[in-house]
Amino acid sequence: MYSFDFARPTSVADAVAALGQEDAQALSGGQTLIPTLKQRLASPSVLVSLSAIADLKGVSAEGGTLSIGAGTTHATVAAEAGAYPALAELAGQIGDPAVRNRGTIGGSIANNDPSACYPAAALGSGATIVTNSREIAADDYFQGMFTTALEEGEIITAVRFPIPEKAAYIKFQQPASRFALVGVYVSKGAGGVRVAVTGASNDGVFRWSEAEAALAGDFSAGAVEGLAAPSGADMISDLHGSGDYRAHLVKVLTKRAVAKANG
Amino acid sequence: MPKDHGIGASQKRREDVRFLTGAGNYTDDINVYNQAYVYFLRSDVAHAKIKAVDTQAAAAMPGVVRIFTGKDFEGIGGLPCGWQVTDKNGEVMKEPPHPVLAQGKVRHVGDPIAAVVADSLEEARNAAEAIELDLEELPPVVDMKAALQPGATKVHDDIADNLCYDWQFGSETGDVDAAFAGAAHVTTLELVNNRLVANPMEPRVAVGEYSRADDMSTLYTTSQNPHVIRLLMGAFVLGIPEHKLRVVAPDVGGGFGTKIFHYAEEAFCTFAARQLNRPVKWTSSRTEAFMSDAHGRDHVTKIELALDADNNFVGLRTDTYANMGAYLSTFASSVPTWLHGTLMAGNYRTPAVQVNVKAVFTNTVPVDAYRGAGRPEATYQLERIIDKAARELNVDPIKLRRQNFITSFPYATPVAVEYDTGDYVATMDKMEELMDIPGFAARRAESEAKGKLRGLGVNCFIEACGIAPSNLVGQLGARAGLYDAATVRVNATGSISVLVGAHSHGQGHETVFPQVVAEMLGIDESMIDIVHGDTSKIPFGMGTYGSRSLAVCGSAMVRATEKIINKAKKIAAHLLEASEADIELKDGQFSVAGTDKSVAWGDVTLAAYVPHNYPLEDIEPGLEETAFYDPANFTYPAGAYACEVEVDPETGAVTIEKFVSADDFGNVINPMIVEGQVHGGIAQGIGQALLENCAYDENGQLLSASYMDYAMPRADNLPHLANYIVDHSCQTPCTHNPLGVKGCGEAGAIGSPPTVVNAVIDALRSGGHNVEHIDMPVSPSRVWAAMQS
Repeated sequence: MYSFDFARPTSVADAVAALGQEDAQALSGGQTLIPTLKQRLASPSVLVSLSAIADLKGVSAEGGTLSIGAGTTHATVAAEAGAYPALAELAGQIGDPAVRNRGTIGGSIANNDPSACYPAAALGSGATIVTNSREIAADDYFQGMFTTALEEGEIITAVRFPIPEKAAYIKFQQPASRFALVGVYVSKGAGGVRVAVTGASNDGVFRWSEAEAALAGDFSAGAVEGLAAPSGADMISDLHGSGDYRAHLVKVLTKRAVAKANG
Repeated sequence: MPKDHGIGASQKRREDVRFLTGAGNYTDDINVYNQAYVYFLRSDVAHAKIKAVDTQAAAAMPGVVRIFTGKDFEGIGGLPCGWQVTDKNGEVMKEPPHPVLAQGKVRHVGDPIAAVVADSLEEARNAAEAIELDLEELPPVVDMKAALQPGATKVHDDIADNLCYDWQFGSETGDVDAAFAGAAHVTTLELVNNRLVANPMEPRVAVGEYSRADDMSTLYTTSQNPHVIRLLMGAFVLGIPEHKLRVVAPDVGGGFGTKIFHYAEEAFCTFAARQLNRPVKWTSSRTEAFMSDAHGRDHVTKIELALDADNNFVGLRTDTYANMGAYLSTFASSVPTWLHGTLMAGNYRTPAVQVNVKAVFTNTVPVDAYRGAGRPEATYQLERIIDKAARELNVDPIKLRRQNFITSFPYATPVAVEYDTGDYVATMDKMEELMDIPGFAARRAESEAKGKLRGLGVNCFIEACGIAPSNLVGQLGARAGLYDAATVRVNATGSISVLVGAHSHGQGHETVFPQVVAEMLGIDESMIDIVHGDTSKIPFGMGTYGSRSLAVCGSAMVRATEKIINKAKKIAAHLLEASEADIELKDGQFSVAGTDKSVAWGDVTLAAYVPHNYPLEDIEPGLEETAFYDPANFTYPAGAYACEVEVDPETGAVTIEKFVSADDFGNVINPMIVEGQVHGGIAQGIGQALLENCAYDENGQLLSASYMDYAMPRADNLPHLANYIVDHSCQTPCTHNPLGVKGCGEAGAIGSPPTVVNAVIDALRSGGHNVEHIDMPVSPSRVWAAMQS
């Protein structure tokens, strides 16, 4: 790890100010950033920890919306997001206990790892990403692998999930990292049916629109059965599976997620 | 009542108290006053000519003590190989230099180029980044068959075809050809035994220290065999006489073979400490471990099995390519040859067996022994092809194996070894009983009702442990003896320190060895401690690998204890004014046969050290004896394994529903520890079968260089303990060592991979998929791909 200065502001405003410094980097749970620093793959001049900002923490449900402070850990979401069971279950299956006790929803959404779970939940629920300066619809927020709509120095403060009528997430683990080799999040609610896929695509999390269309009229596993799997050409192909395999899993897991959502 | 004392008692592991409460003393816990830290600048390319290493700017950076490069090691020995293999033409193997720091070329990702010694590790890393390297990249050779093609890039300039040796072993070619020519059926299979990284929980560490006062060098290192390291490093690399070199391997957190070998980093720390007159410490990161610990396995094999019209095995022929990596690691050459070819007969009466092995240099990390070392590779190919033959001949795989079992002992195989004893029918019977083979059809139906495919896989294995007679291994090319040694030091008050040449790094020696001595003397284990791992304390032992500790070092300990008993009886006879021949030792009491006269163990030991009333004219005072033990043969543990898997036909995911092992380890000293060893070994074999894959791309870059991509087995990859059954009740004691023990450390890792793969193939075929073979790891994506073809 290279040496760096460390700031631990207690308000969002102070954090935004601190991030204005050259080569400043926000630090939330650090589950990606700390290993990156240890491998000397990043050399920020100052790390701005968001962990002391009380406003960024907590889970609350009101009027059909679940709001989660960006600095809320996966473990807390797993324990306190009972109003949205599919999301609580997803959070409880991220990483291992150490990861869940440090990692945060804001950190995960800001990083947008193509194999992370939360991006699937946000896109698959039609969530709203709230920052210090604006609100961004999930559909506009995720812009490709490790790429988001966030501007330089912009901080996620909360994620707001409309609570759907039905939802479920199925993750098929990559055998080594246990990130999602493919993960599919389905929901059916006021905003219609959403099917969001993580782990599979070179473009990061995406919505499988053919499945959404099929499920809009018939929210059943059988409705997915008749679909062709998405093309494997744009899928990630690596040691753990070809693009075609990932594409195949998208369909299998979508069926299973719908069946699970239907209980 | 199960025994709670002595041989056969499942005593809890006394060493676990310190390991589990943080009181262990691992090499990284050792910090020496004024120590400096070394960071190795390693090659990030697989193959390149080193045109220049400019350390000038780096050397001026804060905290830097000195930067070493290959030039500092010119004229100093390279890392030696401990086994010389002679090829089929009588030529000795190619043995390229293996410098401590790269000279002229780098030959694999991770090859150390420079070593920066600084006051702190961070300063050393900072300076390493300031070293200016001028590397001229060369095309790498990664694939073994491509490496052997004419015109392939040379890993070593003077080895034209990248061939280390072309070895042939076993039956004469004419006899094997005749067996195949007369066969009613021939089965052929090509397979890969996947490259693995051992991944002990504790990464390697070395601390070099030098004392100017007495010209003494000390190396603290994560080793399975400190005396071997002292011999190799002292005599071959650094030229330090053994009385001026102490090697200490304190608590070591797992070895699995990869801590047998002598490594550049430990030679460097010892060398630099002398040069700098300052202690030097290196602690491997996990990333460094992936690119510098010797890897395991990596064989590509074509195997052929010939059967007569009655399904008797009549001939077996194998053709294997064995990856050596870029340099010869310490015992690399012996693994695909003598530790592999000699087991190719397996548990079967095949009269003609021939093994061919080409060992190949590539631009990859060196490959050497890994839990089982050669024997898993032999078992895997043999047990996979028997399964395939059974399918082709439409016979039951268990019946085909039984029909061909060796049933009379001793049995001399066509591949040089003589099995002293065994009972393969008994272990097969036991396995069938524990597995409930008749109930399989119903379990398969249950799985199918859930949409899953269920498969049953069985296999047998035999291995050779307790390596082994020194005169024999010497003839085969070993450059070392393979005895072991123990000193039993009885103290005046009767407590005992047993100083042993074997090293314990997870095996539980500190618990098991005292059980043997306690049984022999009739005293409590709490009076006995084991001392190991320090060449300044223990007699010259060859260390722990190949499931040899109890069979070889334990036998030495028995011999030394027998000497103690003999001498103690003389002392007791004197104290009791009786004839030595009439003295009996029972429950720690020496008594005169047929009388009520006795003296206690403590009376005798006190007399030995306070010899006021003592036969000084006949025997020396004191009670301390040493024995060296050189075994007469290998030991031959064997067993029958089975597992049932479920395959999800939609995703290709495999789960192991039940696993049964029925092993014959001969006599068992501590059943609980044996069961733990087998549980762990099977887990490691399941890791190889389903998960672990050390992969390189065509540029020689390591694709699986961290736990993000290298999949280690975890608890949820294994069946629940109720369905994870290890049995060792079939016991045919070894005929040639005093304890009748055979060794249990590697069995699980040898027997489990073919069991799992056989089960997966069985499951897929039950679902109508015409799949003959899937290379390990049998990952979901590979299973799915096989189902598509």
